Amino acid sequence: MEFTRKNRQLLSRIATNDRHGENSPYFDGWKAYDSNPFHPIHNPDGVIQMGLAENPLCFDLIEKWIRENPDASICTAEGLDKFKDIAIYQDYHGLREFREAVAKFMGRVGGNRVTFDPNRIVMSGGATGANETAIFCLADPGDAFLVPSPYYAGFARDLRWRTGVEIVPVHCKSSNNFRITRAALEEAYEKAQRSNINIKGVIITNPSNPLGTVLDKETLRSLVSFVTDKKIHLVSDEIYAATVFSSPRFISVAEVMQDMDCNRDLIHIVYSLSKDMGFPGFRVGIVYSFNDDVTNCARKMSSFGLVSSQTQFLLASMLSDDEFVGNFLRESSKRLAKRHHVFTKGLEEVGISTIKSNAGLFFWMDMRPLLKEQTTKAETELWRVIINKVKLNVSPGSSFLCSEPGWFRICFANMDDKTVEVALDRIREFVLQGKEENNHEADKSQARAQRWRKQNLRLSFSSSRLYDESLMSPHMISPHSPIPHSPLVRART
Amino acid sequence: MAIEIEKPSSVRLSKVAISKTHGEDSPYFAGWKAYDENPYDEIHNQSGVIQMGLAENQVSFDLLEKYLEEHHEVSSWGKGAPGFRENALFQDYHGLKSFRQAMANFMEQIRGGKAKFDPDRIVLTAGATAANELLTFILADPGDALLVPTPYYPGFDRDLRWRTGVKIVPIHCNSSNNFQITPEALEAAYQSAESMDLKVRGILITNPSNPLGSTIQSSVLNDILDFAAHKNIHLVSDEIYSGSTFSPSEFVSIAEILRNRNYKDAERVHIVYSLSKDLGLPGFRVGTIYSYNDDVVTTARRMSSFTLISSQTQHLLACMLSNHEFTQNYIKTNRERLNKRYDMIIQGLKKAGIECLKGNAGLFCWMNLSPLLNEPTRQGELELWNIILNQVKLNISPGSSCHCSEPGWFRVCFANMSEQTLRVALQRIHKFMEQRKVCSVNQ
Repeated sequence: MEFTRKNRQLLSRIATNDRHGENSPYFDGWKAYDSNPFHPIHNPDGVIQMGLAENPLCFDLIEKWIRENPDASICTAEGLDKFKDIAIYQDYHGLREFREAVAKFMGRVGGNRVTFDPNRIVMSGGATGANETAIFCLADPGDAFLVPSPYYAGFARDLRWRTGVEIVPVHCKSSNNFRITRAALEEAYEKAQRSNINIKGVIITNPSNPLGTVLDKETLRSLVSFVTDKKIHLVSDEIYAATVFSSPRFISVAEVMQDMDCNRDLIHIVYSLSKDMGFPGFRVGIVYSFNDDVTNCARKMSSFGLVSSQTQFLLASMLSDDEFVGNFLRESSKRLAKRHHVFTKGLEEVGISTIKSNAGLFFWMDMRPLLKEQTTKAETELWRVIINKVKLNVSPGSSFLCSEPGWFRICFANMDDKTVEVALDRIREFVLQGKEENNHEADKSQARAQRWRKQNLRLSFSSSRLYDESLMSPHMISPHSPIPHSPLVRART
Repeated sequence: MAIEIEKPSSVRLSKVAISKTHGEDSPYFAGWKAYDENPYDEIHNQSGVIQMGLAENQVSFDLLEKYLEEHHEVSSWGKGAPGFRENALFQDYHGLKSFRQAMANFMEQIRGGKAKFDPDRIVLTAGATAANELLTFILADPGDALLVPTPYYPGFDRDLRWRTGVKIVPIHCNSSNNFQITPEALEAAYQSAESMDLKVRGILITNPSNPLGSTIQSSVLNDILDFAAHKNIHLVSDEIYSGSTFSPSEFVSIAEILRNRNYKDAERVHIVYSLSKDLGLPGFRVGTIYSYNDDVVTTARRMSSFTLISSQTQHLLACMLSNHEFTQNYIKTNRERLNKRYDMIIQGLKKAGIECLKGNAGLFCWMNLSPLLNEPTRQGELELWNIILNQVKLNISPGSSCHCSEPGWFRVCFANMSEQTLRVALQRIHKFMEQRKVCSVNQ
């Protein structure tokens, strides 16, 4: 459209800046997957999606529950009498039963060491909406939040885009397993102060995305005392809490607060059912604040992203079923543990190490030995090789703002067992080939240079489909879409 | 309800959090409080407050329930829950294609086929509340202004201004011409904004109008669009009551105007729609933005990440709204029933000596009580409102909360209750008016 340039001047700064984050290389991998998606039968040479942190391992349990509880749906014969009341219910407090069920679930996930108050449960449009809402309540445009890196790539959009708030990364290092140290926080804080950046708080993700590790009590206490000292906020994004599958156990910031001298008004939790239960489509985000004013404000803001009352009703019923919940949490842990184990062994066999993890839906893989040089550029080159040659969509550490090049996040839960084997085979082959090449380096240096050059070409495919720029534009792709051809998605007909 | 607690030692929250722009301190909501504390019930609390401040559509639920009875297998994943997993995983901000298709068809049907909608231009949001806010984020910068004709939906103060930092400059309309928007009023509003050093980015109209309960005429729509083009600003048309017009021929959508103009100036036009009013499903949070501007569609879609519609609900409604027979019948029957309700309340008010603005749409009527005011001021209006709330026990919405420039007008909702309750409400009004006649005679 010729209007386009003139058009863009007609839109706001928010609409025309890049803070939606979709131009990040993080999404190039998705584009590769989307144009050549793996399918065990129809496209066995396609790209395997390992960049999507989804948790579909226990759907059979949920489907069984739905079959056995038709009255949890307002559309079935058994539930139809509730239809009208639920359909008109738009109160931003949310259905009482829903809040109670979610509060109970959060408590169970934390090992029942904390009781969550249903009156502090505030809804939002998924964790995406919850994080944004928290920032809107706590910070003004131009303020900043400290975020330990590596961190979820989506924070760039969720915390910054419409709020106008900045992120100041607190770089964590592999030398101590990426632990968040008081010293690192202090240093980042002081540096920001010197640059006249107003720090309003810290955001942590516990369990961590992308590390897959839980924060220990000491670190949590240190964070709580840090924010109390500085009089800034602490937002704890705990959306992976129930993906912990082995010890050490998950400790919520709520638990740590219980026996600490701290300012409770500074502590806020973000929760969601997208990862723990595998329901990203249902958009269940929760803001849980210990600060009354924030709770009230977030609740008013929830008008912009309420959970569908139909969904509230279903989940109120499901999550109140103690027996189901207990069984689900146990099974989910077991299956995640098993999957994690298969992958760990597979990677160990070829000498790829990962951060020792016990949670999350992914590994934080150490590919530094495979880098030509320890730079982001080399990491990006390696990444393109992994996508184009090995045909795995993995996420490069740089998209998580990791300060050390060479780390990659690889998701392991969003595929079936067969695909896991294929993925591991490909990794094995790639690493072994790499070793072979190293052995013949002197002789084959020229040939290899040629190969690197070829591999560095943008997104070349073995399939016959041409790389069509307009098809690949971010306009077409949602960062969170399970692409229709994914082997995980059952055919509709 | 929110009570601000002074906590001297607490860390300051954001300016947005501290501001009152959420608007909940308005009398609009105080009435609801009175209702919450003493709600009318046909059987258990016949002297309670009748809620007439809530623009909900409860007259056609039986049609929805009948559809579900006959099709529950399709809409609720059916026996064995096939498709559940795929549905629960679906978080693509493009939205279910089948749902967008169904929405496009539904919107076309409401407009009697006089406009066509492309499903790929439909962006989904959790309710019209989110849609209006989202558009504002996209079309205006903090400190800029949107022009909005008065009287307008009180919620706009929050939806358009609160987190966006954008201002509303009213386009004053008055009863001398049935509150129609005139080119003079548009220009006056624009000048007013300029004099305050505010950059106007767009106009937001609601058609059919809330609270007037009437549709905007074709010629006026053309004037507004010409004005927007002339000033090089946007036009947002909130058409959430489009399926609630009593007669299909009386509603003209901006989409139709565009079609008739061969889509000249289309890139500045954006339509907001929702199923909260027409289908009576506010709890499901189904809002849409339909924009003729590619950049707006792309950006709105990205932004909808903060406010997607539950895939469970998209699935249900995709089934329901794809059923052509159902939607045709629903639209037709819903219109007839709303019309009947409207006639009922107008006659009832007339008998009590009360006039209303001539309406042809919506879930409410715009009642003129200015003859009853002690003084023709906002204060006078609020005093009268208090009496109606606490003595007559009806929660109706004072015009001042809708920013009406003339005191004495009230919005009265009629679709969120049974016919019996409406009759009771009309009896109370009748009695109240009788008592006042007696009082004034005796003075």
